[in-house]
Amino acid sequence: MKRMLILSTALGLMASPVLADVNLLSWGGAYGNSHVEAYAKPFEAESGIKVNVADADNPATPIKAMVEAGNVSADVASVEYADAVRLCDEGLLEEIDPAILAAGDDGTAAADDFIEGAITECFVGTDVYSMILAYDDSKFDGAKPATPNDFFDTEAFPGKRTMRKGAKFNLEFALMADGVPAEEVYDVLSTPEGVDRAFEKLESIKGDIIWWEAGAQPPQLLADGEVTMAYAFNGRIFNASQGEGKPFKIVWDGQIYEMEGWVVPKGAPNLEDALKFITFSTSTAPQARAAEFISYGPPRRSAAAAVGNIEGTEEPMGPNLPTFEANMANALASNLDFWVDHDAELNERFNSWLAN
Amino acid sequence: MANALDPHAAIATTASGAPDGPLRTADGKPLARALARSQARAKRRAFWLVLPLLAFILLTFAIPIGQMLQRSFYNAGFSDNMPQLSQWFAENPRGTDPDEAAWTALAQDLQASAEARTIGTVGTRINYDVPGTRSLFTSTGRQVRRGVEPPYQAALLEIDEKWGEPRLWSAMREASNPVTTNFYLASVDRTRNDQGEIVKVPERQQIYGTLFARTFWLSLLITATTFILGFPIAHLLATLPMRKSNLLMILVLLPFWTSLLVRTTSWMVLLQQQGVINDILVWLGLIGNSQRLQMIYNQTGTIIAMTHILLPFMVLPLYSVMRTINPSYVRAARSLGATSWTAFRRVYFPQTLPGLGAGALLVFILAVGYYITPALVGGSSGQLISNMIAMHMTDTLNWSMAAALASLLLGAVLILYWLYDKLVGIDNLKLG
Repeated sequence: MKRMLILSTALGLMASPVLADVNLLSWGGAYGNSHVEAYAKPFEAESGIKVNVADADNPATPIKAMVEAGNVSADVASVEYADAVRLCDEGLLEEIDPAILAAGDDGTAAADDFIEGAITECFVGTDVYSMILAYDDSKFDGAKPATPNDFFDTEAFPGKRTMRKGAKFNLEFALMADGVPAEEVYDVLSTPEGVDRAFEKLESIKGDIIWWEAGAQPPQLLADGEVTMAYAFNGRIFNASQGEGKPFKIVWDGQIYEMEGWVVPKGAPNLEDALKFITFSTSTAPQARAAEFISYGPPRRSAAAAVGNIEGTEEPMGPNLPTFEANMANALASNLDFWVDHDAELNERFNSWLAN
Repeated sequence: MANALDPHAAIATTASGAPDGPLRTADGKPLARALARSQARAKRRAFWLVLPLLAFILLTFAIPIGQMLQRSFYNAGFSDNMPQLSQWFAENPRGTDPDEAAWTALAQDLQASAEARTIGTVGTRINYDVPGTRSLFTSTGRQVRRGVEPPYQAALLEIDEKWGEPRLWSAMREASNPVTTNFYLASVDRTRNDQGEIVKVPERQQIYGTLFARTFWLSLLITATTFILGFPIAHLLATLPMRKSNLLMILVLLPFWTSLLVRTTSWMVLLQQQGVINDILVWLGLIGNSQRLQMIYNQTGTIIAMTHILLPFMVLPLYSVMRTINPSYVRAARSLGATSWTAFRRVYFPQTLPGLGAGALLVFILAVGYYITPALVGGSSGQLISNMIAMHMTDTLNWSMAAALASLLLGAVLILYWLYDKLVGIDNLKLG
């Protein structure tokens, strides 16, 4: 399998000679489009260095194949945080010196401007997506849900809920609903008592939960009136409410966020220009611009404050982003190390709890 | 008369005429050998014809599945990357407290593995048995890469005191041998304690036993419902005039040609609480608006959706067998005084058994491995073992565990197949 990958990568490379530009590996779709419009085009205009954008289903896979074949054609790639850590652990990425990152437009040093976890050994965050509480506005006449605990209060806010079928996100959310502040969630969850506490909280509404498996299900369940509240990915809810005019509202209190960002494959042919591109694309203005195309928030505070209107409308995008300042009041950064350690154990317990 | 037409009749006559000598062909060679030689040539030619298919199946099916199943008992993630410590475990029997030699081996292996960037693999392997230790390996690896000084026991314990835990050392001893039964133990809700004895996992972690039992029970139930629903349909199709039966056949096949996901989602639209069926029931006044039935996201939903999806696999073999049943048998039974029930029970039904056997076996085996439908409509009570296999394949990336669960499932299906052969006979199977 590995040899096949190497071979096909090598053949692919023969067809496309590596140019002295920056070769960017992205995801395609609306997300890839935001990379082209907000990063690649302005960078070309400013520096005169051409950016060739290629798409992959998940750029982490070709990176592994390229580096192991010793024939790297990409200079910068967009990958999920978890993949970045794994590839970095396996020695497949260049380390990125945080000193190359530009200070914010307001003068804040990069190290202070980026949110927690956005800069690691081999990775610089470009955008943040999150799990949020969403509800159908038309189903609640009086008081509206406002805190994670309202999700678990079926007396005050009747109706079924939908949550992702799995331990990740739900245990953290249950603890936050139970009054654990975001910064203590993983400390509590690392103790057996903390895990019991999270399951007890989930137990309190077990009969009212419909478990979703695919990201498209929560907006559908809300739209069908099957549930009144959902714990789901913010992009899906935004698309349903913005694109299709559904009366869905988001409660940002208790959001759990994860990141995507740039990595540089080990042995990238145009390392110097690649770093210039990273410096440019992670600076305040392009970061703010990218968020106007898609509801993923910039991971730096100065950019989150500078985001303009939703592309093609007169409505401000800012309040729809996970990293909007007001939305970050009680936000939790998903802890990758914790889940790598406890994924199997907690999921087995979760499934056992579901089955009984 | 029949004998004269039989090509073997001439040989038979000769054979009875000369009982003591071997049979010979016209040129005097023993007949058996001549026959074997000419048949061997034909077989070789036939073999060359099937060789491409054989190679294809071997390459794309048998070898990958074999490799996958091998993972269920063979995992060299620890032993390959921690050679010195594995060596120490081999030399010192269980019960030996780790001495400085062991700690030295551990520290040097960790250092080498951290530099080779394989420490993640090592940590992952131990994490299967002792949850929460992958990060212990990676963080310790990061520190020892910068250098570590003897005495190693003190040095490692200072980095993290978890290194002193007997449970960890017991797990590393288990993992130092790449051949292990631990994944099979975990698949039946068992684990090993610090002394290496097999014990049950705590009750709240037990899941696989329940799911195996539920998978087989639900599959049986689904096979039974497809039989009850499919038998009359197949009979109708087989007895109607060709033009009408072809039209009805399209109705059976149409859902069969529709995407699985589309059919599953259609059931969601129909069955959910704000769905079509509940709306009709409320409109008819049969139930109140607050008493809407929960028919999906539970076991009921799984049974309904899977029965619908697997129905053609029961109808088609039954239909093909029923078409060949001569209607004059039943007529004869009736004319000899059998009631219609007796004629059905003693004459018609036994003749449909080959089709029924094939249909039941097909539906049952497909149901046992079903994954997408229970994942989407099963909710919490309609989960099957295949959903756990999928979880280990895609989420926890514990492929050894997925392989162990899959092997047990395969083993159970093969046993059922063997039982079927003993009870009904596999020759009695007619797939179409």
